Amino acid sequence: MTDTASNTLALPIRPFLRPLLQRLAPFVGTPLNVALSLLLLWLILRVGWLLLDWAVVNAALLPAKPETCAATTGACWSFVIAKSGQILFGIYPPAERWRAGLVCVLILTTLVASARPSSWRPWLGFAWVAMMALVLWLMGGGFGLSRVPTSSWGGLPVTLILTVFAIGLGFPMAILLALGRRSGLPVVRTLSVLVIETIRGLPLLSLLFVASILLPLLLPEALLPDKFVRALLALTIFAAAYLAEVIRGGLQAIPSGQSEAAKALGLGYWNTQRLIILPQAIRIVIPALTNTIIVMIKNTSLVLVVGLFDLISSGKAALSDPDWPAPSTETFLFIGLIYFALAFSFARFADFLERSGMEKRG
Amino acid sequence: MTETITSSAPVAAIRIENLGKSYGDFEALKNVNLIVAEGERIVICGPSGSGKSTLIRSINRLEEHQIGRILVDGTELTNDLKGIEKIRSEVGMVFQHFNLFPHLTILENCTLAPIWVRKLPRAEAEEIAMRFLHKVRIPEQANKYPGQLSGGQQQRVAIARALCMKPRIMLFDEPTSALDPEMIKEVLDTMIELADEGMTMLCVTHEMGFAQAVADRVVFMDRGQIVEQNEPMAFFSSPQNERTKLFLSQILGH
Repeated sequence: MTDTASNTLALPIRPFLRPLLQRLAPFVGTPLNVALSLLLLWLILRVGWLLLDWAVVNAALLPAKPETCAATTGACWSFVIAKSGQILFGIYPPAERWRAGLVCVLILTTLVASARPSSWRPWLGFAWVAMMALVLWLMGGGFGLSRVPTSSWGGLPVTLILTVFAIGLGFPMAILLALGRRSGLPVVRTLSVLVIETIRGLPLLSLLFVASILLPLLLPEALLPDKFVRALLALTIFAAAYLAEVIRGGLQAIPSGQSEAAKALGLGYWNTQRLIILPQAIRIVIPALTNTIIVMIKNTSLVLVVGLFDLISSGKAALSDPDWPAPSTETFLFIGLIYFALAFSFARFADFLERSGMEKRG
Repeated sequence: MTETITSSAPVAAIRIENLGKSYGDFEALKNVNLIVAEGERIVICGPSGSGKSTLIRSINRLEEHQIGRILVDGTELTNDLKGIEKIRSEVGMVFQHFNLFPHLTILENCTLAPIWVRKLPRAEAEEIAMRFLHKVRIPEQANKYPGQLSGGQQQRVAIARALCMKPRIMLFDEPTSALDPEMIKEVLDTMIELADEGMTMLCVTHEMGFAQAVADRVVFMDRGQIVEQNEPMAFFSSPQNERTKLFLSQILGH
């Protein structure tokens, strides 16, 4: 202690420099390290400058005419700005875009409002059902709003609706499948295994094709659900099969003493699962669940092969405007940013959930 | 013991008749007969693998028996689910490894079953829980999680959790076997207190001091059968069966 104190008196600047030098030490310790550090620094600056040059310095940053873009050597953000409505909402009737925008706001707000464990009360379930009904009304129309068929839906709302509905409906299904696979009743167990293994064994693309092409051949028209609903069903059941196996992994990890103690207290099967087993099992598998859910967010983009217009398809459609040069890099960067924001915020949320669980164990 | 139970005769708390259970070729229980009167305290001992845990776990049907009958408070244990949940709520059980619910606080551990099985309002369940946490002398831990408590404290919570259901019978399955030596006493003291209040208790344990202090009867099991039973003084001073003698010499000799 006295040592540090005397140093501080002698050289007041040192306390600031010391940590900095300590951090730099690994980079400049030996001549080789110095050389490597300099090389990498040069590379970072060079690439960084190229990017900056393209994205900002030489770019068309402000709303502008197509000609401005043609004249620049850098990025054409003007295009993304001019076409943002079309990229975000696809072929949704431009006059009604406010409805599609409201749907996005509604879904994202509900997601954020559900994030805190303290708000996990029965009313939240009702809020979700209400939100889903409201979303369908706003998007599809009826009851005073002009009708917009699902074939005209597009862009971000489609991506959000597919993700939220597929996971929101797939998760409870997954829990039932996971419990079913461990059930003592042979019929229930066999059925669960059959569903899970069949769905997991098929590529999502083939499931989407079955839903959009094969199903219309098999079912009479009157019974056939809308194409959007069929794709959503395919995504839901696909998500359910994968989530079921993740959840089953968590169920396996709970010692049998837990269900024995619950039984001994007189709790029935469903109360035991709901109050004792699942809360522990799901907390264990949060990292794996996060993984599956993020994959599902991105999987929704596959619906473009069956003719639905999600974010990526609407981006592509916007690029086909002959009046503009087609700045696909900028457009896909913009779309990529939206996907990243969705996936990354979910990953952070999962991380927060895991931590809030850790504190409790002490 | 062939007379039928009539409503006028006092119903035994537990009546086990000719009980049998096997796993494949291995006979875990063989022709076990045991009648426990209301308020009686019974200690079951025996070498490991002798079937004592299987027997006690059969009483609330954590194990299903194959032969014979078990009647708890006059109700026979069958596959009827509603009936078994009713009986389980009347029979408290304490496990070797505590089996507290780690994701719930101590208080929540104690109020869960009263709220969901007994349908008590939360406030009332919490009041009862605090009363029993006082009784096992850890009310100050009510808002902690099981992982923050010592083994002895966890086992006392497990006892409180069972008591919150106001059971008529308590089953203890080696409640002190997983504890560090210095924590055994605090758990045994709680159990002795419970015995002094007249609770009907069945306890699988190797704590012979406890058996001598509180048991009305000591039951010795070996190879799935009840070999010998007697009141504690006679059981320890003059065991009749050779296997009992061997077991006692091993357990008391160390």
